[in-house]
Amino acid sequence: MESLGVLLLHPVNAYLEQELGRRCRLYRFWESPREEFLRAHAGAVRAVVGNANYGADAALIDALPALEIVASFSVGIDRVDLAKCRERGIRVTNTPDVLTDDVADLAVGLAIAVLRRIPQADRYVRAGLWKSRGDYTLTTRFSGKRVGIIGLGRIGQAVARRVEAFDCPVSYHQRTEQASVYPNYTYYPTVVELAANSDVLVVACPLNASTRHIVSREVMEALGPKGVLINVGRGPHVDEPEMVAALADGRLGGAGLDVFEDEPNVPEALLGMDNVVLVPHVGSGTYETRKAMADLVLGNLEAHVLSKPLLTPVV
Amino acid sequence: MESLGVLLLRPLDTYLEQELDRRCRLLRLWDAPHDRRGEFLRAHALSIRAVVTGGGSGAGGDAELIDALPRLEIIVCYAVGFDHVDLTRCRERGVRVTNTPDVLTDDVADLAVGLAIDAPRRIPHADRYVRAGLWKANNGYYGLTNQFSGKRVGIIGLGRIGLAIAKRVEGFGCPRTRQQAYPNYTYLPTVVQLAAVSDGLVVACSPKEQSRGIVSREVIEALGPRGVLVNVGRGAHVDQPELVAALAEGRLGGAGLDVFEAESDVPQVLMALDNVVLAPHMGSGTRETRKAMADLVLANLEAHALSKPLLTPVV
Repeated sequence: MESLGVLLLHPVNAYLEQELGRRCRLYRFWESPREEFLRAHAGAVRAVVGNANYGADAALIDALPALEIVASFSVGIDRVDLAKCRERGIRVTNTPDVLTDDVADLAVGLAIAVLRRIPQADRYVRAGLWKSRGDYTLTTRFSGKRVGIIGLGRIGQAVARRVEAFDCPVSYHQRTEQASVYPNYTYYPTVVELAANSDVLVVACPLNASTRHIVSREVMEALGPKGVLINVGRGPHVDEPEMVAALADGRLGGAGLDVFEDEPNVPEALLGMDNVVLVPHVGSGTYETRKAMADLVLGNLEAHVLSKPLLTPVV
Repeated sequence: MESLGVLLLRPLDTYLEQELDRRCRLLRLWDAPHDRRGEFLRAHALSIRAVVTGGGSGAGGDAELIDALPRLEIIVCYAVGFDHVDLTRCRERGVRVTNTPDVLTDDVADLAVGLAIDAPRRIPHADRYVRAGLWKANNGYYGLTNQFSGKRVGIIGLGRIGLAIAKRVEGFGCPRTRQQAYPNYTYLPTVVQLAAVSDGLVVACSPKEQSRGIVSREVIEALGPRGVLVNVGRGAHVDQPELVAALAEGRLGGAGLDVFEAESDVPQVLMALDNVVLAPHMGSGTRETRKAMADLVLANLEAHALSKPLLTPVV
């Protein structure tokens, strides 16, 4: 695919960039001012590669008349204007499955970390307080806690399988109940009811118009002063200012957050809280998975160029 | 058991202390300043029939204490490990010993798995990074880490805690190996061989003389630069100076440590490393479990006072 003009929106991964550079005609969007770049190269771009935070919105798609495919280095494609792509006949691919385990591991890792206060205890030790103040405060058990999952897709199911091994009863909410597929999981028709019956609430659904702010003030209050919110989905799934207030007031017990409404900006108030664990969107951030994701992006581009079926099409 | 003279060696748990005070004749060793402890013991020797200890290195119950208490009948440990108690001396004197198995199994296993995920995924480090404003300052950049799912987990000691850990990691698709005879699992006859085929090595064996230093330099090197060591057993199980050197030099990939050779002393070198997670011996440190442990201590004392079979005797 040496003649395929590929526009990389951001330096998302060294290996991916290297391979794109080697195998295609690579353009790096961040190397020159946007307008200048588009004037010079717009007509040569047949493929766009972005990620969770850098996508092909309507404006960009309109500016690239030769665009044939958007291959996202992510599973979530809320930053890609799918309607526009369908209109223009532009294909869209993402990177499902290869990152499922890592994101599920992180969700469970965050849940244990928040309830058992592992990062806080680690800070306590590093500050010399174990020696000067003695034992760390008592926390609360993770095993057996009721886990509610919003979205029982690939990632949601992987989280469910993991927490079952800790004897956590699993319940879920999504558009449809699937009682025959998940006889052991309890379905709730609304997120508020799910939250009211959970100790740990995990956001694992895709972001779209109907799931924006699906974790509202009402949901967080239903989860309550002992409840813990785990977000490995997208920042906009949660009403962030409401969440910060609820955590500060004690109306929400704690949170483990991998995503935020405006990354890499994290609300100042969270930085000083002891009942939260904050990580910089690392859900899929392992060497193993990022290589697999990069290979999937390259595989999809190659299939496109050879007019073969795309590996993981969304559109 | 109001006439039972009980000596509590150090403050362990408010609820336990309150109940001991209410139901027995409680003496607190720390009421006497350090240098007057001998005097204190001599003064009360004839009324002390029971001693309550905590756990971990230096928890008390050694020959010196036993010898100072001629009326001692029972040592009740608020811990599952009893390596701090001189069992030989107890057997000689006919002193009974109890511990608190089972009630803390889930919590210790949860912490072991939490550390096993948090260490390779660097969750506490990532949390520090975000709180220090580095995610923003570095324009959304954070490095890659190592995957947890599917990694080979080796467990030293498949007792209650080891089995609970094994059950949990199965949910993450981790194939298990372990060093102890058991029909369904891959058995390795030496710890070095176990380490050589493991990505993560978890120390969950009970503290005995034979297991002192069981994680030697050889074992650490067999585990290797991508390997992770998790210790929720005893600091004494690991050659600590070798461990520290291996971590600092990159000969061992990472570690999650809840126990140390001499608690609460943690080597300075470890405190500066990003590839370790340090916890202040909090394996059983949840409110739920500590209450259950306290109730078990009280129940054992009561059984003894009523000449009934002890609930969880060691000797």
